[in-house]
This record gives sequence, C-alpha cells and structure tokens, in this order.
Amino acid sequence: MRALTWHGTHDVRVETVDDPEIVNPRDAIIRVTSTAICGSDLHLYNGVIPGMQAGDILGHEFMGEVVETGSASTLRKGQRVVVPFPIACGACFFCNRQEFSCCDNSNPVEKQDATELLYGHAMAGIFGYSHLTGGYAGGQAEYVRVPFSDVGPLVVPDHLDDDRVLFLSDILPTGWMAADNAQIEPEDTVAVWGCGPVGLFAVQSALVMGAARVIAIDHHPRRLELARGLGAEVINFRESHVLEALMEMTGGLGVDCAIDAVGMEGHGFALDNMFDTLKQKVGVGADRAHVLREVILAVRKGGRVSVPGVYGGLADKFPTGAMMEKGLQIRTGQTHVHRYIKDLLARIEDGALDTTFLISHRLPLEEAAEGYRQFRDNQNEWTKVVLKTGHSVAGASARGEAGTAV
Amino acid sequence: MMNTRQAGVAATLAGAGLALGGLALGALLMGRDKRRHEHPDSAPGYTARRGFGEYAVTGRSVTINKPRSEIFRFFRDFQNLPTFMENLEAVEPKGDGRNVWKIRGPLDRVFEVETEIVREEQDELIAWRSVDGSQIRTEGRLKLREAPGDRGTQVQLIIAYKPPAGEAGRLIAKLFQREPAVQARHDLKRLKMLLETGEIATSARRRDETRAAKQENH
Ligand SMILES: NC(=O)c1ccc[n+]([C@@H]2O[C@H](COP(=O)([O-])OP(=O)(O)OC[C@H]3O[C@@H](n4cnc5c(N)ncnc54)[C@H](O)[C@@H]3O)[C@@H](O)[C@H]2O)c1
Ligand SMILES: [Zn+2]
Ligand SMILES: [Zn+2]
Repeated sequence: MRALTWHGTHDVRVETVDDPEIVNPRDAIIRVTSTAICGSDLHLYNGVIPGMQAGDILGHEFMGEVVETGSASTLRKGQRVVVPFPIACGACFFCNRQEFSCCDNSNPVEKQDATELLYGHAMAGIFGYSHLTGGYAGGQAEYVRVPFSDVGPLVVPDHLDDDRVLFLSDILPTGWMAADNAQIEPEDTVAVWGCGPVGLFAVQSALVMGAARVIAIDHHPRRLELARGLGAEVINFRESHVLEALMEMTGGLGVDCAIDAVGMEGHGFALDNMFDTLKQKVGVGADRAHVLREVILAVRKGGRVSVPGVYGGLADKFPTGAMMEKGLQIRTGQTHVHRYIKDLLARIEDGALDTTFLISHRLPLEEAAEGYRQFRDNQNEWTKVVLKTGHSVAGASARGEAGTAV
Repeated sequence: MMNTRQAGVAATLAGAGLALGGLALGALLMGRDKRRHEHPDSAPGYTARRGFGEYAVTGRSVTINKPRSEIFRFFRDFQNLPTFMENLEAVEPKGDGRNVWKIRGPLDRVFEVETEIVREEQDELIAWRSVDGSQIRTEGRLKLREAPGDRGTQVQLIIAYKPPAGEAGRLIAKLFQREPAVQARHDLKRLKMLLETGEIATSARRRDETRAAKQENH
C-alpha cells in the first residue's frame, strides 16, 4: 500500500510499504478514505517530539471502511467508521473513568519505559505518533491496523459525507474538550490562543457551551477571519499587545477562562520565546512555553486554564508564582475522544456544529508531503488539509476536485 | 555490554526470582529491617535507598482491574506464566506444587529451574523457591491486595537473589544487575493487559513483526 512515512525533520515521503494485517483478536483493518494533517503532525515534522524512527507511518486523523475483522472485533466488513486518535482498551481503570487518552493497556509494554522516565507514567497509544505513545502506524495510508476496534471506531451514517465527520477523529472533540476543561459559566469571557483547527473548534465549542464572549488570538489574518466568522472578537498579536488588550477588553479584570490551543511551537519575538527556540533547536525535550506563560498571566485571579496545545518535554522560566498565587485551575491532556464523539456526531447531524468551514485544501495522499510543507509554511491560507486516498473518489468529487483550494 | 539474549536470561531469572534457599525473605522483603533503618517508614522494603548488602532485592506493583480470586487462579496455574513472562518458554508441572521452569538463555540455551511452592494463602499470596540442588536458585512471591474503591487488585511481585559463587555465578550476577526490575515491571504489565483486555498490546503491523514472533524466529 501507499503511506506517508517520516524520515527526519522536514522529510516525509509517500512510499510503498507492506499492507497491515490483523495481529490481535480485537483488531480490525480499515481501508482509509479520508485523512487529515494535524498541528500535532507539524510537531513531528519539525522534529520537536522525541521518540520518532525513520519509516514511521504518520497520521492520526482518519476514517474509512472496515475491510477485515479479528475474531473479537465487534465491527462488520463494509461499515464506515471514524477512528479516535488515542487507542483505548475500554476496560482499565482510566477507560472506566472515561479518561481514554490515559488508557493503561494500549501502549506496548516495552515502549512505556521512556515515557515513565519523562512523565512518571506512560500514556495511551496514539496512531501515527511518537514511539513514546506506542509507535503505532498511522492513518495517512491506504490501510490501517486498528487495535481494540470494539471500543474506538464510531460507525457513521452514509448520508454524512467524509468531510463532515472526519474531524470527529481528533480536532473537533479536542476543541470541545478544550472548552469543556475551561468549565465555562454563563457570562464568562473566554480567550483562545491559536486559530488553527483546534483553536477554531474551541471557539465554536465555547460559544455553544454558553460563553458570553470569546476572544481569539493569532497572527494569520485569514485564520482570525475564520474565528470572527464563528462569532469571536479577535486580537492579532503582531498588531496589539495581547496582555494589555485582554485586560482592557475585560475592564481590567482579566479573562475568566484561557485556552492554550497553540502548544510547544508558539510563534513570536518575545525574549522568552527566542531563548526557548534556541534550546529546542539544540535538543529534544525543551518546549517553547511562551503561550502557556502568557495564558497564566492573562487569566483572571481564580480563573480556569485549559491546555489542549501539546507540550512534550520540559520548560523553564515557568511562572510558578503566578500559577500558585492566583488560585488557578489548570486542566490539560490529549483528548479523551471516545468520551465525546457520539454526542458530537449528533450535533453535526443537527447542524449545531459546522465541521467543514476550516478545510482549505483537499489533496490526494500522493501529494501529502506538499501538504505538510504548505500547512507549515503558509498557515494563513492553508488552514486545514484533508488527504484523499484512491479509495475515496466519491468523497472527493462530492466536494470539488481534489487538489483545489475551496 | 550485555547482548539482548543475555539481558533476556538475566531478566527472566529475575522474573522467576533468584535467591539463596533458606534466605529469610519475610523481613527482608516485606518491611524495613529495623536494625538497619533508624526511622522505618511505610514504604516497601525494596524501595529502600540503602541496599541489602549482598542480596539483590527487587519488587514491582501493578493494579489490575480484576478480582483477587481471578488473578490468583490464573497465576497459580504456573503453565500460564509463559503467556506474559517473555523469556519463559514453558513451565512443566511435576505435581505436589513442584514446577520446572524452562528459561530461554543465550545461544539458544534453555535453563531449567525446579521450584516448589513454599507458601500459599488462597487469593492472597504465592511464594516459591528453587529446590535444593538446583543449578539456579530462585525465590519470589506474588502478593494480592484489594485496591481501594473500584480499582481492582494491587499485585506485587517481589524477588530476592544472592549471586551464587564461581565463574557462572559472576556471569549471572553481571547479567542481573541491570534488568530485573525492568523485566518484572514488563511482565506484570503484560499480565495486566492479558487479564484486563484479553490480549497484549503491540504496535506491530504484521503478525511476523511482534516481539513474540521475532523471538521464535531466533
Ligand atoms: N490535546 C490534544 O489531544 C490535541 C489534539 C490535536 C492537536 N493538539 C495540539 O493543539 C495545537 C494546535 O493544533 P492545530 O492543529 O490547531 O495547529 P496549527 O499549527 O494549525 O495552529 C496553531 C496556531 O497557533 C498560532 N500561534 C502561534 N503562536 C501564537 C501565539 N504566540 N499566540 C497566539 N497564537 C499563536 C499559529 O499562528 C497557528 O495558527 C498543537 O499543539 C497540536 O499539537 C492537541
Ligand atoms: Zn491531531
Ligand atoms: Zn484502557
């Protein structure tokens, strides 16, 4: 089959590799119809997440058709499914608490050691990501082996085309959990750093959850326009001082909730960010924590901080004083996708959530490497890239020719 | 540097537990030796910063979301152990609580250790020890405790060992230094996966790429 493989920083290639097989009883094999490039993939592309190996197949946002099932899978051949990006067993302490991205049993035992050293505990397995999270082959490929297929994949109705449901795999529930973690109350003002796909879905979710105001922060005009289109006010951090603007826009109180939807590769020329950038270039494990610092300073006393943006290692110059003295609540994590997708699918069907407004480009899988380059270098225009495999002709033609911006 | 094979045998011996027969495990493993610790705390003995002199002691815990009785039943049938102890090829029951463990070693050698169960408390504890005259002497115990709330069972595996004398002993001792705690942890986690999910997680994309398959092809 064809698959997008990682070979080093800024080096990804579409290659021919062996097809996957059923390995464990609860597995299924999915023939991918649509898959997407995520901001998390950019962290891998930029080489700032440790634990990658040459030849790894990337991609954790994917959907497709069930073509093979293991003896203990509950799926049936021919079903159309969206697959959550964290792999969860459905039976451990964490899965029982709906904390699926903390699953104890999906990260292979021998891969857990490094994460235990780094984080104290190993995290769940994730498709198409670092070997710290299992080194599972991902979905930017024609076929994927999906473990615990009786727990993760969500069967989607045929009348919803791929583009409307694909993002249930990650960024839609991630934006939703970002807002959920901010514990929004009526009359709250919510600030969202980053108007990438995660930030945009966080904006939309916060408004659906009843936030009185949402203020979105970025520097790409087109991305800010998308946020404005959802009903947010916007701050362009190249034009305005973010902290000052937020204080003034909230009458000196500060925002009630602050969401970091940027993560470890924040842009900007603040001094702390330049030091962090330097450190990140010389070694893995050093995060650029500029946005998280700003978030903690901006949120009001007693406010709520939500961090969907990915950090992977360590940071210094961290505002521990502000964090403690201000009496904050901080919630974080890779998304517990399984917890939210049924409800979110219903909201898509109802038309309560728009899931396609942010797609800027659809490319054939063969052009995935170009998609990575553009999604990284032309963030203003390339807001979300969906890749179509040879199996998805129908899905692509339903929404215009593959390869054209829409 | 050890090669993987050597590490493997060291690890499995550790998994089996290697110790001198007659070593009083009780005080050493379960709590602090009062003579050696001026201010004993609640931590398990094997987490002590100070060593145990000539004894190597390692222990690991994992919480398994299953009732004690189920875990006990599974472990008590030693023939099940190779399904999650990676370097154990087979365990042959000899009756009377005696078992012969076949452990994969370097250069495709298989080491045999005969053990006897020295203590057994239903659903709580199993302790085993190599029989007198064994080529390798091992001692270990599995302890089960109810975890708080709905967390299942806390499973603790403890191993003590003292390097035997002689050239072979020195080699084995060397092999042991690095891996036992790691292997015990891995084996326990595999046990947890097997009991909680019915399978052992692997990121292999094909059946011939799993660790088990690779081991067989060596
Ligand atoms: N928690 C999860 O489960 C989860 C899931 C998916 C993605 N993520 C993470 O969420 C983050 C965003 O993902 P994405 O797909 O939206 O990525 P993206 O790269 O498309 O978007 C990031 C946006 O942040 C903006 N930004 C950079 N520096 C900024 C600053 N100083 N202030 C404000 N905005 C700034 C960028 O201009 C960009 O528009 C990434 O870290 C990604 O890894 C987390
Ligand atoms: Zn993602
Ligand atoms: Zn689980």
